[in-house]
Amino acid sequence: MRITIKTIIVALLYLMATQAPAYADLTDAAKGLLSKSYSDKIQATEAIAASGDPQAANLLETLLGGDLYATKSDARLVSREKVSGGYQITDIITEEDLGVVESGDLSKIRINNKMRGLINDLLGRLTLLNEDPDLRLKAADSVFKSRPKEMIVPLRDALAAETDETVAGAMRRALAALNFLYGETPEIQAEALLILEEQPGPDVKSLLSAEANRMAAIQNPSPEIQELAKNVDTALAKVEEKLAMLGVVENVFQGISLGSVLLLAAIGLAITFGVMGVINMAHGEMVMIGAYTTYVVQELCRNFAPDLLVYSLVAAIPAAFIVAGLCGVAIERSIIRFLYGRPLETLLATWGLSLILQQFVRTIFGPTNKEVSSPDWLSGTWEITGGLALTYNRIAIILFAAAVLFMLMLVLRKTAFGLQMRAVTQNRRMAASMGIRTGWVDAMTFGLGSGVAGMAGVALSQIDNVSPNLGQAYIVDSFMVVVFGGVGNLWGTLVGALSLGVANKFLEPYAGAVLAKIFILVFIILFIQKRPRGLFALKGRAVEN
Amino acid sequence: MLGLRKVAGMITGAAMLATSAFGLSTAQAADDVIKVGVLHSLSGTMAISETTLKDAVLMMVDDLNKKGGLLGKKVEAVVVDPASDWPLFAEKARELIEVEKVDVVFGCWTSVSRKSVLPVFEELNSMLFYPVQYEGEESSRNVFYTGAAPNQQAIPAVEYLMSEEGGNVKRWVLAGTDYVYPRTTNKILEAFLKSKGVAEEDIMINYTPFGHSDWQTIVSDIKKFGSEGKKTAVVSTINGDANVPFYKELGNQGIDAADIPVVAFSVGEEELAGLDTAPLVGHLAAWNYFMSMESEENDAFIKQWKAFIGDDKRVTNDPMEATYIGFKMWTQAVEQAGTTNVDAVRQAMYGQEVKNLTGGTAVMNTNHHLSKPVLIGEIQDDGQIETVWRTEDVVVGDAWSDYIPESAKLVADWTYPYVCGGCEKPMY
Repeated sequence: MRITIKTIIVALLYLMATQAPAYADLTDAAKGLLSKSYSDKIQATEAIAASGDPQAANLLETLLGGDLYATKSDARLVSREKVSGGYQITDIITEEDLGVVESGDLSKIRINNKMRGLINDLLGRLTLLNEDPDLRLKAADSVFKSRPKEMIVPLRDALAAETDETVAGAMRRALAALNFLYGETPEIQAEALLILEEQPGPDVKSLLSAEANRMAAIQNPSPEIQELAKNVDTALAKVEEKLAMLGVVENVFQGISLGSVLLLAAIGLAITFGVMGVINMAHGEMVMIGAYTTYVVQELCRNFAPDLLVYSLVAAIPAAFIVAGLCGVAIERSIIRFLYGRPLETLLATWGLSLILQQFVRTIFGPTNKEVSSPDWLSGTWEITGGLALTYNRIAIILFAAAVLFMLMLVLRKTAFGLQMRAVTQNRRMAASMGIRTGWVDAMTFGLGSGVAGMAGVALSQIDNVSPNLGQAYIVDSFMVVVFGGVGNLWGTLVGALSLGVANKFLEPYAGAVLAKIFILVFIILFIQKRPRGLFALKGRAVEN
Repeated sequence: MLGLRKVAGMITGAAMLATSAFGLSTAQAADDVIKVGVLHSLSGTMAISETTLKDAVLMMVDDLNKKGGLLGKKVEAVVVDPASDWPLFAEKARELIEVEKVDVVFGCWTSVSRKSVLPVFEELNSMLFYPVQYEGEESSRNVFYTGAAPNQQAIPAVEYLMSEEGGNVKRWVLAGTDYVYPRTTNKILEAFLKSKGVAEEDIMINYTPFGHSDWQTIVSDIKKFGSEGKKTAVVSTINGDANVPFYKELGNQGIDAADIPVVAFSVGEEELAGLDTAPLVGHLAAWNYFMSMESEENDAFIKQWKAFIGDDKRVTNDPMEATYIGFKMWTQAVEQAGTTNVDAVRQAMYGQEVKNLTGGTAVMNTNHHLSKPVLIGEIQDDGQIETVWRTEDVVVGDAWSDYIPESAKLVADWTYPYVCGGCEKPMY
């Protein structure tokens, strides 16, 4: 085993060395990085990879990560680490400790997109045999992307030594791509094509269509090329067909995801508007307050408990519920309770309130967006197969929306408070004569609806701006969902949100985002004409009031 | 009960007033004062961008007064709040000029707001400095455009991406918000790309509403569009709040700048401040100014800004530089003319020079547009934008695009013999 790896490295380095022989060693090669011109830096990068020095991979990785600096005094390449009172710097090549300096003493080595691509490519070749399977996986993917011909042999050897199944799959795919492009016999190429066909993905499609374009452009092709071109076309058709199928799945997922965002935004309104009948135009601002609470919680975590930063979102959920809920109770007690039964005045008062709240937040936090960072476990995608990747934050929002809905159902159906709430909405006077403090129940119900809106704000902080205008964008959609689903019915809100989300996503590719929204609005207007009480109409006395 | 009803009514009333009367002036009429109007939204959707520019003007006024004022008089800023409401812009502009009698106005951000105040400025013969990059196809006698015209931003950015260094892009997604600036810019870009031999099927155009927040479909469409075997780039004229969810979705779906770079014309340091930029490293922005530019003027400007605003984390951006250049030019022109009379100052404006914060000198041309350098930068993980390419010399702002046939033949020149904002032949 050892011997093969060594031979491969030596062979590789030899290959690279023949390409860029301009520099003597790594230190010398790395000097080129100090240049201001990107073409000099590109040359230097190639030379670093070709130097064969064991530190080369480390140097390139630091450079790619944007952590490579040069000291202003003696132009040494260093990596830095923040310590109290400045930055601890270490020479990147000799690993010598150079003490602590201020950030003004260092200048960053900048890279551009072209260099980033090149470094990825070079690192891919250097790390194909790394101990870390993640790095090997990245290396295999980068070979697939850049497709250097000379990697066929090293890749084949690496594949033979590979133990991790996922990495082996990626290597097989990369090898197939290389064999397909540079295979010596048509048989090898055809075989590689079969492997590629099995792994549909946008990148495979990209590779195949580029090849198909190239072959179609060849003048007077030989019979072999004609044969291969035909195979490529059929393979391409197969891949496209599979991708189209995955596209439908993806579309449904995106629809559900949009639906769950709508559900989160609307579910609080389903209580304040649906159950209590209050037209609350300040509902969006409760969502906004929730999002700002998330920001504040995260900032507190950042300043006082940096270790817990990744969990700050979780901590923000109850915090947002409490803050927005208390706001809701305060609003109900101070304004809304005087306006029951006067929808027009409620509408105007709450709308005015929403403007006041917006300007209030703008005065405290400033008009600019606030950054709520996503923890690692919420960023990135989950690759199910080549063509289908679902983003983690969307999945999390779907689950969160389902959990909120479930909890709310539980509160309404299984708790004493839920019972009292339903009693008050159905017959206020009778409930009062049974000893229920109706005023208190009103306040708590409004607080619950607002608190749920605040929790929606936590989720929205992950996908949207945290700015004073956050709520405005959702208020119309929320009313739409509640009215469409049927006022006063949580199931209706669920079905309404999901069907609007999915419908929107299916219309969007054909009609564009602007028209899709218009179609949905027109549809709802027509639907309300037919069924004024929405999908799931409530029956009984509550409706007659 | 009646009393309570009144209270509620008052709250509603107060809320409505809050937006319209927010910035009512405290100015008093006096002869020894020169008044500068500031017409930027301090509430509503555009407040996020425009508030900064209001502060920038206040800082400049403050600075001018510390240095002894202008023509021996004190300069006073009159701030009004048009509340991101386009018709209100026209009303507030009229109020500034007729009631407050300001000598000059700095203001507007969106093209809609500019179009809304244009008739007011022309009717009352006042002067507006407009500090934002825009779609061109306009030159008014009463407006000085200190932001970039399309040939100072959009065209160079696309040319850069077409070049070897920019990645030899062959396939283009033009994504924008659905209003006048992106539509006109994309029209110009489409004509330009076609003139460079890009085929119809290699251009995808997509519009979204203001404040669009669900980008899943569009981003995955872009991903698919980019997998046809040709190098693809996105040219984004997406404006305002919609950018944050757009970039978040790009990051989440793993669109890497090395695969599909996005070049944006409306995303600057200020917009990036609300974002975790780590997944966006390498995406591009085209402007005439980046905060990261190293020059003495820029260092001084950033220091002054941070001190004025009292926050060490605040950033500077391109429209702020445009405001800075416009304000400096105006003070120089007033000093040269010896009066604040609009016609005299306008004549003095032509050929006025101010040092750019990025090095070089900005010159006001007779078509009311500036000559400025064009910079292309890549987004860094600290939210800054680092220059990767710049024009060797300044580029003269072109009011009428050469790539739209009907506007290519128009000339904007407010001096003899043309004296017009868009005509084919000289007026005299």
